[in-house]
Amino acid sequence: MTAISDREKLSYIAAQAADARLNLELETEGMTLNLGPQHPATHGTLRIIAKLDGEQVISAEPVMGYMHRGYEKLAEVRTYPQVTALVNRIDWVGSFANEVPFILAAEKLMEVEAPPRAQWIRTALFEMSRVANISLFLGDMALQLGATTPAFFAFRDREHVLNQIEAVTGGRFHPNFDRIGGLKDDLPAGWITETKRAMRKMRQFCDEMEQLVLGNEIFAARSRGIGVIPADIGLSYGLSGANIRSSGVDWDTRRDNPCGLVHSELDWKVWTHPDGDSFARFWVRLQEVRESTKMIDQLLDGLPSGPIMAKVPRIIKVPAGEAYVETENPLGVMGYYVISKGDLVPYRVKIRSASFSNISIAPWLLKGVYVPDIITILASLYFILGDIDR
Amino acid sequence: MIDATILLGELAYWQQTSLRVVGGLAAVLLIAGTLVYLHLFKLVSFMQSRLGPMEAGPFGSLQLLAEVGKFLQKEDLVPRKADRFVFLAAPFVVLVSTFLLVVVVPWGPDAWFVDSDIGIYLAMAVSSVSVIGILMAGWGSASKYSLLGGLRATGQLIAYELPLILAVIGVVIQAGTMNMQLIVTAQADGAIFGWDGIGNPYILTQGVGFLLFMIAMQAELTQTPFDMPIAESELVTGYMTEYSGMRFLLFFIGEFATAGVFSAIAAVLFLGGWYVPGIDSDDNILNVIGPLVMLTKVVGLTFLVFWFRFTFPRFREDQLQKLAWKVLIPVALANIVATGILKVAF
Repeated sequence: MTAISDREKLSYIAAQAADARLNLELETEGMTLNLGPQHPATHGTLRIIAKLDGEQVISAEPVMGYMHRGYEKLAEVRTYPQVTALVNRIDWVGSFANEVPFILAAEKLMEVEAPPRAQWIRTALFEMSRVANISLFLGDMALQLGATTPAFFAFRDREHVLNQIEAVTGGRFHPNFDRIGGLKDDLPAGWITETKRAMRKMRQFCDEMEQLVLGNEIFAARSRGIGVIPADIGLSYGLSGANIRSSGVDWDTRRDNPCGLVHSELDWKVWTHPDGDSFARFWVRLQEVRESTKMIDQLLDGLPSGPIMAKVPRIIKVPAGEAYVETENPLGVMGYYVISKGDLVPYRVKIRSASFSNISIAPWLLKGVYVPDIITILASLYFILGDIDR
Repeated sequence: MIDATILLGELAYWQQTSLRVVGGLAAVLLIAGTLVYLHLFKLVSFMQSRLGPMEAGPFGSLQLLAEVGKFLQKEDLVPRKADRFVFLAAPFVVLVSTFLLVVVVPWGPDAWFVDSDIGIYLAMAVSSVSVIGILMAGWGSASKYSLLGGLRATGQLIAYELPLILAVIGVVIQAGTMNMQLIVTAQADGAIFGWDGIGNPYILTQGVGFLLFMIAMQAELTQTPFDMPIAESELVTGYMTEYSGMRFLLFFIGEFATAGVFSAIAAVLFLGGWYVPGIDSDDNILNVIGPLVMLTKVVGLTFLVFWFRFTFPRFREDQLQKLAWKVLIPVALANIVATGILKVAF
């Protein structure tokens, strides 16, 4: 832990020195490099204005909003069941997880509770979207560092999970499956065996990535000590999810603040890493995928029988009130603040998406690093553009 | 010593020259095409659990022609602020270095382009020409990504030229000549502790040199893990960012042809070149088998290059400089000293 503050100091000194060089000693003209909005490393349309001295970054500022789709406003003219189709598209690689907190908030307002079987399946799908999402990260981070093969492995093996999600929900990317009071359908026949096989394959994939990427010395050299986030700084920027857990903060909403999902009935572990660097973020996420696959196995073993849907009226009117529900989504904590005036549509929906907060640390983190490290840091912070811009 | 070439001896000068040009083109383009198809299309696809191109021709073997056709059709864009002449000339400068490299490589006892007593020295010298082309491309494009890529490439190529040359010196000491053809025959006539069944490929005595050569070669070719100048996730494609159409194709051919030619040089220096054990080293049949043997060795060595390329992440600029100056060059110098001492001792 002491090493973090040393590294932090060093990068700060480096940034100061670069600044001084630029302004006083040599009066060299810095270069402003505009990374994005169209750039291979920004997953979409993030723009980063980086002021450089040579290859050293003096200041970097992320500019977002190129893909703002106004979901909070759009939700105000959609009925409650329709909103799930919208919020699916926020974090498009782990889309089922986006529906869950909204539905939970609506259920809280209506004071209904999904039957146990629906809750368990909901949790299983929630964790499966995490596996699908984070396994893509594992390949993507390696790709950003120049190794192409792990990315293809990730795309190949993620397909096992997506197939299982599709088998239940009918949608690979946008399931739109969660309903207020339960789920749309029950599981298809044979799904549990198939899913267990898929989870075994995902664990193999994790082993493979551990050997191919984590065991690689170049990967370690590129990511160890790069982009160190001390725990207090991370917390003050509102980081969540694996980003803060890899700084040694033992905080997981699934365990500490469970609402509506059945994680508390499972035997699992919250992984943390003391280093807080890019390597730690990769490591923690890899462990989380493995932990999620084990969770899904347990969920499928302990699946209770019973109805899939609680008694809810056919036309859903949510009583007036306010509710805030947050869950531990693949990218971090995602919360929905729903205000209802007793209408068919929500009066106001505020979405707290994880990537928006996670990217806010970028200017602090990118100060003083070199251009190649920008990519390492951004890749390790792992944001989805839809999750930033909404 | 092998005299003037038998095949070309009776032809007029212009006929010899045109034959050499055709041979050079074949040696560059054929190798580049083979490597692109075998390694970039197929090998990598199998590594990444894909099939690669399958539709054009049997097993997608005509995909290459489709790709070339595609590049030729594309518009040859020049950025408005680019230094026009420098921008347009850069790909040719890079390609010239490849063609100059292939000149010194012997493909058989008589199948070669130039009989030069400073063969390997010439090769090492002209391989640096590509740096100029890359720097021209980086500067001439008037793009920040290109500039960063070009400067990174220059720093890297110059740093890795040294271990490359120092690795070669071990072979030169052992063979006692810089003539590539004589290096092959020296290996063919050599013996391993008195047993001359397979000659004495220098990989056995110069194993360290071979490793150094392959690492430095990987860096000279700017392949991953040394592809900082291209670094598609940071610099888009580095110095090639602004190129399109024919000129991009030239860079592309240059990349793969240079991979082939460097591998050919490595095959000559360390793997015994065109020599086939059991056949007399000035037998005429080797002019036919020799190129095929060389091609096999080239494909084998480039397999290593592309295997590493698609497995490893890339180094950061300072890390790869550190590797060159703090590890490779001292090891190469130690290798030279050891070779020199052993040469005198035996």
